[in-house]
Amino acid sequence: MSNGAILPLRLADVSFAAGGRTIIDRVSLEIGTGPSTIILGANGAGKSVLMRLMHGLLSPSSGRIDWNAPERPGAPRKQAMVFQRPVMLRRSAYANVAYALKIAGIPEPQRGALAREALESVGLSHLARRSARVLSGGEQQRLALARAWALHPEVLFLDEPTASLDPSAAREIESVIKAFDAAGTKVVMATHNLGQARRLGDEILFINQGRLVERAPVEQFFSKPQSAQAAAFIKGELPWT
Amino acid sequence: MSGALSTALALLIGLDSRLVEIVLLSLRVSLSAVAIAALLGLPLGAAIAVSRFPGRQAVIVVLNALMGLPPVVVGLLVYLLLSRAGPLGAFGILFTPAAMVFAQSILILPIVAALSRQAIEDAWREYEEQLRSLGAGRMSAALTLLWDTRFSLLTTILAGFGRAAAEVGAVMIVGGNIDGVTRVMTTTIALETSKGDLPLALGLGMILIAIVIAVNAAAHLTKELAQRRYG
Repeated sequence: MSNGAILPLRLADVSFAAGGRTIIDRVSLEIGTGPSTIILGANGAGKSVLMRLMHGLLSPSSGRIDWNAPERPGAPRKQAMVFQRPVMLRRSAYANVAYALKIAGIPEPQRGALAREALESVGLSHLARRSARVLSGGEQQRLALARAWALHPEVLFLDEPTASLDPSAAREIESVIKAFDAAGTKVVMATHNLGQARRLGDEILFINQGRLVERAPVEQFFSKPQSAQAAAFIKGELPWT
Repeated sequence: MSGALSTALALLIGLDSRLVEIVLLSLRVSLSAVAIAALLGLPLGAAIAVSRFPGRQAVIVVLNALMGLPPVVVGLLVYLLLSRAGPLGAFGILFTPAAMVFAQSILILPIVAALSRQAIEDAWREYEEQLRSLGAGRMSAALTLLWDTRFSLLTTILAGFGRAAAEVGAVMIVGGNIDGVTRVMTTTIALETSKGDLPLALGLGMILIAIVIAVNAAAHLTKELAQRRYG
């Protein structure tokens, strides 16, 4: 891999424990460029913690996490993350995006165009001047996507981005995610929603009790799950999607 | 008593020059002290809120305890510092408004620092992952939090102002309550009451209470409006 690409991401025997409880248990995997990856699992399976480990918000208790090209501190990040509940700064929608660009070290004159483009891409241009915190939940999440995508990161982590939204807002978020995927950003998304996994995913990483149980292309995962846990999860969850 | 009250009202309505002079000096001293305490206390509070170091809990406990510093003790310490033989005696500011500003700054610095530390730490808990995800270092995170909690911090600063404007012990000791030079509302009230000049004391008391209420009303209103506007 040349041109400073940060992918592939390699996890070798990564474990994470907190409060005497093992949350991630010896996970090894490689995530490369290309189709989107869905981290699927029940609530409490360790999906969020796994993403935070990958994104660097948590450090593994043991094992190694290596990017192809490590990020230099102070340089703009080539990865971004959108959380289940977006944290909006007390300023306008536009200023929230511009803030991310400022933190990334983008010079002031270039921020305006990039921020406007990002807001446009999530359909929020008309709310640019509105205070971010008074936007609806769905609008806030779209703004969080715009903020994460303003610099066209190589990798975009999404932690249950629609879990606290109503179905129509969730659909809007999904279409934005699809557009980012199509634009060449590697999407890594955690979800427990099987329908969403099918709609957005190309491959599934199935996590159960902190362990990587199964990894398969979407179609294969749903039609012929290899593990008993995955089969049970699909069965148990299907009526709810 | 009723005679004293009506004389007090007459002083207020007539904007008695002696009374106005005292009120203005009080405001000058306490506002200067608040400005200094905010300038030092807000960054200090933010720094403690976002940093992790050994002994941090102890620092927080001490800071919180210092919120209750007795003004007379602060006055005594500043007096010792500023007195001719003291380490800062060379400045010769004892018994001047500068000394009063100095003492009140020390008195309210812990209030501003401790309350802002609390407000910013609460916000940090909410923002930390997001800010770290965006790549913000601790320094820029602290600045971001200072700005994002600005309306809570305003209340903090006004709490400091209320304390400064209402205290009597510190300014009495380091100012000396010199007529026309270092006489402020609280020291005048103490003196005039003991002398039996109740009208002036009462008039000043009313102004003092009015100022404190006005300041808190302004703080409340700002917060309400900000809440509606920024969420």
